[in-house]
Amino acid sequence: MKKDRPHSCAIRIIGLGNGMRGDDAVGLLAARRIRQEVGDCVEVIEAEMAGVDLIDLMKGAHSVMLIDAARSRQAPGTIHRLDASAGPIGSQMFPRSSHALGTVDALELARAMGVLPATVIVYGVEVDNTEAGQPLSPLVATALDEVVARIVQECEAHHA
Amino acid sequence: MTGKEEARNTRTIAVDLVARVEGEGALRVTVKDGTVQDVELKIFEPPRFFEAFLQGRHYSEVPDIVARICGICPVAYQMSAVHALEQIFGLQVDGALRDLRRLIYCGEWIESHALHVYMLQAPDFLGYDSGIAMAKDHPAVVTRGLRLKKAGNAIMTLLGGRSVHPVSVKVGGFSRVPRRSELEGLKDELLWARDAAVETVRWVAGFEYPEFTPDYNDVALSHPDEYPFNEGQIVASSGLQISATEFEQHFIEHQVAYSNALHCSLHGSSYLVGPLARLNLNFEHLMPLVKQVLADCAVALPLRNPFHGIIARSVEILYALEESLRLIERYEPPPVSAQPVVVRPGTGMACTEAPRGILYHRYQVDGAGVIREAKIVPPTSQNQSRVEQDLRLFLPRLLDLPDKQIGLACERVIRCYDPCISCATHFLNLEITREGVA
Repeated sequence: MKKDRPHSCAIRIIGLGNGMRGDDAVGLLAARRIRQEVGDCVEVIEAEMAGVDLIDLMKGAHSVMLIDAARSRQAPGTIHRLDASAGPIGSQMFPRSSHALGTVDALELARAMGVLPATVIVYGVEVDNTEAGQPLSPLVATALDEVVARIVQECEAHHA
Repeated sequence: MTGKEEARNTRTIAVDLVARVEGEGALRVTVKDGTVQDVELKIFEPPRFFEAFLQGRHYSEVPDIVARICGICPVAYQMSAVHALEQIFGLQVDGALRDLRRLIYCGEWIESHALHVYMLQAPDFLGYDSGIAMAKDHPAVVTRGLRLKKAGNAIMTLLGGRSVHPVSVKVGGFSRVPRRSELEGLKDELLWARDAAVETVRWVAGFEYPEFTPDYNDVALSHPDEYPFNEGQIVASSGLQISATEFEQHFIEHQVAYSNALHCSLHGSSYLVGPLARLNLNFEHLMPLVKQVLADCAVALPLRNPFHGIIARSVEILYALEESLRLIERYEPPPVSAQPVVVRPGTGMACTEAPRGILYHRYQVDGAGVIREAKIVPPTSQNQSRVEQDLRLFLPRLLDLPDKQIGLACERVIRCYDPCISCATHFLNLEITREGVA
């Protein structure tokens, strides 16, 4: 984990998930793709299961976009866009990691401690299969393309 | 009795435990005539998926794969794996490489224990329903806890390449070893963390604990010269003393009807693994500073109350910081970052001390170095029967409370063991089955 992050980047994108648990990798894969498609003004971090360390990963950033697997009983591949800077986002949608604090806990902890960045947008992709060693399921693979396109577009609009 | 009458006289306590991708766990309690009849704890175990996934993979891939079983204790999975594989290949990793393995394990204990002490269990004693709620009133305390955790992360990142899924650990040693100056760069923060750890022990020793002292059979590794991480015999307070190769002759896993997870028993009975058991069995190997702090806080061992697990974790944070500073002080980079591996077929077993207790791995490897069979017994499954028994013993004092209160109290008991679902326990929904006269 880098200690000091450059403050020059306008947006910091953080992909979360477990690279070996099927659809749970979607946030990581999205971050990897976005890194290839956007310029230097966007900082991209792949952070597997960061839990509470997310607070450190967001440190110093003004604007953060998170991408994580979501599970809220909607159709696999559904993309959610939530503004965590406006208020707490549904913890049921981003279930906690096994005996760690999850994404939502980390965001709320950051808020409670007064260190939540000014803008935090959370993209959640509804998962289907999270079995060990499986590839992305078809609907989630399609959603990956879409979420990457939407975030790249949002970054470009931000710089326009 | 008609179905209606039965329903009226029946109280079921069911607690749903929701985890990230591991599925759901649950606690179900049945009470009949005011007496606890059944306690069934169901915890989903991710390692089971990985046992099958490991088959057919090359041995060199194993450390990277098992690191992804758990975001909190990847080093434990890596350490049990490499020691089991090294047993097959006839490798004995020693000297500075052995020290580095102890050091990275120290980092994981610090990181994992600090998270549990500060963010998961302390809120139970201070009257908050979560670490987040506690952070609003006690920001300085939470900041100290997170900085302590970060000190552990820093060790893992330096030695493992990164903290969440370390990539540097391999069979024979590491893919890269640090320069002396890099390790010395950690010292200032570790010295701060050692002071913070002393404060942590004093802080938790002052909490109010419920009176509760079940009769435990403590199980942990034991080494003649040191507090155990990677090596030693498996010992029990009941007198057992065996090597990891004999584990499966004594510790038997069995299926229970209500859960797809396996429960593990020692000679047919439940037992306790984890910081409390480890501390009780290895107290003599603590440094003078740690013993002094315990004496100052009037903490007498053995600890018999599961709620004192938070004290044991805090003591182990302090121990791990002292040990880290000692290992860094004497470090001289080894001539090679990893000992050469000569692949040969066979079966190897190893047990190491994960933050939550002994973690057993067995691998069968063929002549090409391919995994033919993998078996992983995590600490959470070993403690499952013990947690159920504790709940059975603790519940009678709770039965007059409303279901919601009972559920919260059960969560606190479960959280003492820091099982793989402890983070999810804020989600618990409780259902009690009461049969007969209410």
